[in-house]
Amino acid sequence: MNSMMTDLPDPHGFFGGSSNRGHGDPQRLGYGGRYVAETLMPLIGEIETAYDEARADPVFRARLQELQRDYVGRATPLYFAERLTEHFGGARIYLKREDLNHTGAHKINNALGQALLAQRMGRQRLIAETGAGMHGVAVATVAARLGLPCVIYMGATDIQRQQPNVQRMHLLGAEIVPVHSGTATLKDAMNEALRDWVANVDDTFYIIGTVAGPAPYPRMVRDFQSVIGVETREQLLATQGRLPDTLVACVGGGSNAMGLFHAFLDDDVAMVGVEAAGEGLESGRHAASINGGTPGILHGNRTYLLQDDDGQIRDAHSISAGLDYPGVGPEHAHLHDSGRASYVAVTDDEALEAVALCCRREGILPALESAHALYHAGQLAAAQGPDQVIVVCLSGRGDKDMDTITRQLMPEEAES
Amino acid sequence: MSVSSLNTDVLDTDVLSTEVLNMSNSNTEALIVDSRLTRRFAALRVENRAALVTYVMAGDPDPETSRELLERLPAAGADIIELGMPFSDPMADGVAIQRAGQRALANGQSLARTLEMARDFRKRDDETPIVLMGYLNPIQRFGEDRFLQAAADAGVDGLILVDLPPEHGASLTAKARDLGLARIPLVAPTTPPERLSALLAQGDGFVYRIAFNGVTGSRRPDIADSLGESLIELKRRSPLPVAVGFGVRDGETAAAVARIADAVVVGSALVERLAESGLEGALGLTRELAESIDGARRGES
Repeated sequence: MNSMMTDLPDPHGFFGGSSNRGHGDPQRLGYGGRYVAETLMPLIGEIETAYDEARADPVFRARLQELQRDYVGRATPLYFAERLTEHFGGARIYLKREDLNHTGAHKINNALGQALLAQRMGRQRLIAETGAGMHGVAVATVAARLGLPCVIYMGATDIQRQQPNVQRMHLLGAEIVPVHSGTATLKDAMNEALRDWVANVDDTFYIIGTVAGPAPYPRMVRDFQSVIGVETREQLLATQGRLPDTLVACVGGGSNAMGLFHAFLDDDVAMVGVEAAGEGLESGRHAASINGGTPGILHGNRTYLLQDDDGQIRDAHSISAGLDYPGVGPEHAHLHDSGRASYVAVTDDEALEAVALCCRREGILPALESAHALYHAGQLAAAQGPDQVIVVCLSGRGDKDMDTITRQLMPEEAES
Repeated sequence: MSVSSLNTDVLDTDVLSTEVLNMSNSNTEALIVDSRLTRRFAALRVENRAALVTYVMAGDPDPETSRELLERLPAAGADIIELGMPFSDPMADGVAIQRAGQRALANGQSLARTLEMARDFRKRDDETPIVLMGYLNPIQRFGEDRFLQAAADAGVDGLILVDLPPEHGASLTAKARDLGLARIPLVAPTTPPERLSALLAQGDGFVYRIAFNGVTGSRRPDIADSLGESLIELKRRSPLPVAVGFGVRDGETAAAVARIADAVVVGSALVERLAESGLEGALGLTRELAESIDGARRGES
């Protein structure tokens, strides 16, 4: 294993590539960087400096840990999924229960960290984009906790299909701005949040919800999420005296996956990111940027994107709003190119099948996003022996998806 | 004029990185080449008049209308033309330019067609500078070297790349300069002095000063009031002409900006007028803006 993996990105915010950051030579370009409008450049530089100071500050770390424990409810359990394991009859499947966090997903790990940083920097207003609404709920939650006003940008299409989360955000006191531009989903919400930020650089902090965006966001979000992998490592060592053989996590932008993977990058542990194949990679209606995309520049970073021959960003499609994004975090792009992690894709139907199976066999309703990882983990487990250990990041709970799930799996109930 | 474009400030020691500094040293000569941009600004200086820079989106609302608009803009009073390269996700643009880009893309516009438009324009007009403005991804997809060569061949004079900061721009800038393409830097109200040095080191043609923190198309009739000091600072730091854009929507604002800057950029207002009242409406607004700018400095003296 490359022992330098955990040291990335380089000081320019690039993962991989050579030291020449010029353009025109794709072989020499890494992923990441800071491709944003000049108005934002100085502010993003300030965030990087403030973040590096904060992470070295024992007071900041203690405050974050205290809130992680008492407010978020960490550490989350690493749960042996006995009946799922039995079902597949192969490798032992463990679930890292991020669904048991306050607000029901891993998103709050990052929202809390960034909100504390915003407060430390004296920023009085929080903004965020959200797709499924889990990041929006997490930001609205920590904003309420810290007493800061917040504005959430959400695609009009997503507002339709994630009503429970919209209502939660309102109840938490957040202002929700519906985004109608483009495809009215996550990427457009991110564009609109960036536009808000350009206009409000003086007092606003943009809490990006995934391991993408201009440097230092991919690194900062990964660091705040890396608690997932750090705990998993400790928990498995404590109970089983060993490391896992394989880690599996869903990848939209890829924050729960980077959070799980990071603590294991220098170990002999296989890593699989599961993208959303939507209606199938061949259908063109999917959200698999690595499996079905090409490198390009969007939202401040160079990474794999769904785009056409003219460099216009294509619509992503997934049954799960949280994976419905035409890009992926730059560190995943690098892990893919370097071969350190592998990336597969799971369809809408397969994810639904995993939802039903996990409900029936474990009594756990997973988010549609997480169900993509569960499906692939099942396939892997079936092909492996009982001496193998697979850890799946159960990144969130599925209550928010009940409408979609009911319509797809129980159409007769949806109609009644 | 051409000699005065030699930018001695690029040798400031407080640039962002040695990469930037080295690049600027080796390419300083590119700054003194005679170009349509330097000739146009020199002529305007003699006339004591600010330039009217008109932004239109290539292919908006359709290829034919866009082509005709481009061709007739100079006669209506445009001194320099910014031609927008449509992108699906223009994160620094307001609604007007977002919609213009979507209309253009829906009607089949592509980067190749935009370059073709510039080439056709140049066949008929060898005087009016054309500057391409847009985002990096379509250029990357087209191929950076191929794009730069095609732009130079088409008679394009400069590039404004919204999401390419100097930290990542050294290589593209060097290649652009070798081909005689000016890299026009965007300078924001938030830009601190040390960043300004890096931007100016990679910049030529003119400096585009963003009038306020925000996206294109916001209504800010008072922009000229707050700009005075920062423009003086810019002129002290760089011999390049300074254009002011974002928020100029009418003749009155244009005239106020024309009194303190070398060029006035109008984009969203023009794009909106085109959408509302068509080609003649857009040309009418261009004439109105040109008249206001024309009278601005004379009215004052």
